[in-house]
Amino acid sequence: MKIAVFVKQVPDSAAKMAVDNGTVTWGEAPLVINPWDEYAVEAALVLAEKYGGEVSALSLGGESAKEALKHALAMGCGEAILISDPAIPSPDAGATARILAAAATKLGVYLAIFGKQAIDADTGLTAPMTARLLGWPSLTLVAAITQLDAVAKSIRVERGIEEGRQVVEGKLPAILSIGKDFGEPRYPSFMGIRKASKAEIPTWSLAELGIPAPEIKVSWPEIFSPPPREVSGDLITGDSAEEIASKLVDKLLAAGVL
Amino acid sequence: MAGNILAYVDHFKGRPLQASWEVVSAARKLAAEPDGRVTALIFGPEAEKMAQASIHYGADEALICEDASLADYRPEPIAALISKIGKEHQPDAIFFTTSTRGRELAAMVAIDLDSGVLPDVINIENQGGKLVATRPIYAGKLLAKVECRSKPQLLTLRVRAFGKPVEDSSRSGKVTKVATALGETQLATKVVDYATVEGRVSLGDAAIIVSGGRGTSNNLTLTPPAEITDEKQREIWRAQQGFRMVGELAQVLGGALGASRAAVDAGYVPYDHQVGQTGKVVSPDLYVAVGISGAIQHLAGMRTSKVIVAINKDPDAPIFGVARYGVVGDLFEIVPALTKVLKERLHK
Repeated sequence: MKIAVFVKQVPDSAAKMAVDNGTVTWGEAPLVINPWDEYAVEAALVLAEKYGGEVSALSLGGESAKEALKHALAMGCGEAILISDPAIPSPDAGATARILAAAATKLGVYLAIFGKQAIDADTGLTAPMTARLLGWPSLTLVAAITQLDAVAKSIRVERGIEEGRQVVEGKLPAILSIGKDFGEPRYPSFMGIRKASKAEIPTWSLAELGIPAPEIKVSWPEIFSPPPREVSGDLITGDSAEEIASKLVDKLLAAGVL
Repeated sequence: MAGNILAYVDHFKGRPLQASWEVVSAARKLAAEPDGRVTALIFGPEAEKMAQASIHYGADEALICEDASLADYRPEPIAALISKIGKEHQPDAIFFTTSTRGRELAAMVAIDLDSGVLPDVINIENQGGKLVATRPIYAGKLLAKVECRSKPQLLTLRVRAFGKPVEDSSRSGKVTKVATALGETQLATKVVDYATVEGRVSLGDAAIIVSGGRGTSNNLTLTPPAEITDEKQREIWRAQQGFRMVGELAQVLGGALGASRAAVDAGYVPYDHQVGQTGKVVSPDLYVAVGISGAIQHLAGMRTSKVIVAINKDPDAPIFGVARYGVVGDLFEIVPALTKVLKERLHK
């Protein structure tokens, strides 16, 4: 069984983001594999270990995204492929989904696995869009995979939703997105890191996927820093904890938030 | 300019989310009256009952479907039905809630109707029918103005970002039953069961959140039971006592219990409680940060809260930089005192 896992490279979550002349900057912070995608890699590896199969990690991005793919390789993925083409400098979620759907078709996978969302654009749209394009079930926010039957081509998952967990059975092939409840992703092993550092990562262009450059539907006319929070920073002091608590409650009642 | 908007009413087994009425109400404000129309889309059990409510909150009419195939939420049949209606009605926009359901429905409808999605928006300007939306990116560290170049423009609206919806029971409108777009045999998924998760927290729509951080483990006067010998387990035991105290404060305030990533990673509380960039992004009326220093990932997840209170022993903790009210002190003294005073003052 062939499994694809899609990863994205993003600025580290500890990065201080800023906008400089309309361009997003993140100072000295490193670019890393999207933290949610580590859960997706973990899920793909767990499935391959339990039910057999090969895991291919794919990333859409520039040359630097190979580092995110190397992380996936070091965690244990069998191969990695970069999808890169100057015709798609900044795809939106829909364009990304069209490209990844074509890649999943080319690979001939039974499962394509995403992280919950990417921590840069925070859309969470790419997984269900890809599912829709392929006509596969969209099983998003998966907290547990309880059953997989390669013969009957079915999968049973628990989805983490606002109200608890929804247990859903779907036919394969399917798209999964993985939530943090799935369990901590493994660390890359020493051997894994060595292997990844030597790995050849091929690059696929749109021509190799056999698709034209997808149309971009969503434009971003402006990116800006949020207005600074106006905080007067009222420090509440007193002789005893009770006095401080009392003063604080007065303020909160006056602010109308209780 | 006719601003025709379809508003999807999100619900769980027939219980509507309050956010759904925010969506209907926001659509009403944006649809150019008198010729702009808001049509509520309500699919699943109790749709007829919710239809009346949707009209009271601002819809001009409602399209409903209570077919058995929609009894449990599955994105495929619902997206197909929304897309079918979208093709017939040619709306300018379709609005959804930013919820687990709203996001994926918008994504699927965008593919069906060859359009784009503006997810998790916090503000919308109507520029002659073109909607310019503002949305947080990088968990709110930055904001982006976004536009959809095609129609319908698909938007998911962030919970609590568009104000309290106003109910007007004198409003009336037509409720029309529609047929499904897909039959059961065309569906490749089946909902087998639901499992409730113990102590499930709904941070997303809480008006008040009280969160604990690493500081909850700092009460060294507490002695863990002798059978806990492992130093890490002793720390977790201490933190859990601290979190019980933080939980009591949340309870007396009628709020939800949150936590910093550091507290979750240290094993003090389950991930469900995590506020921040890799947890929940929240925006309550009142956010009380207890023993949280304020790492950038945490601040990103809560900085838009209306009033922030920080309780921390370190006066240099970054959390004080975003706090409206700060208390520099020992949380193990301040928090119980606060709970006590609140009990008295709120008559609980």
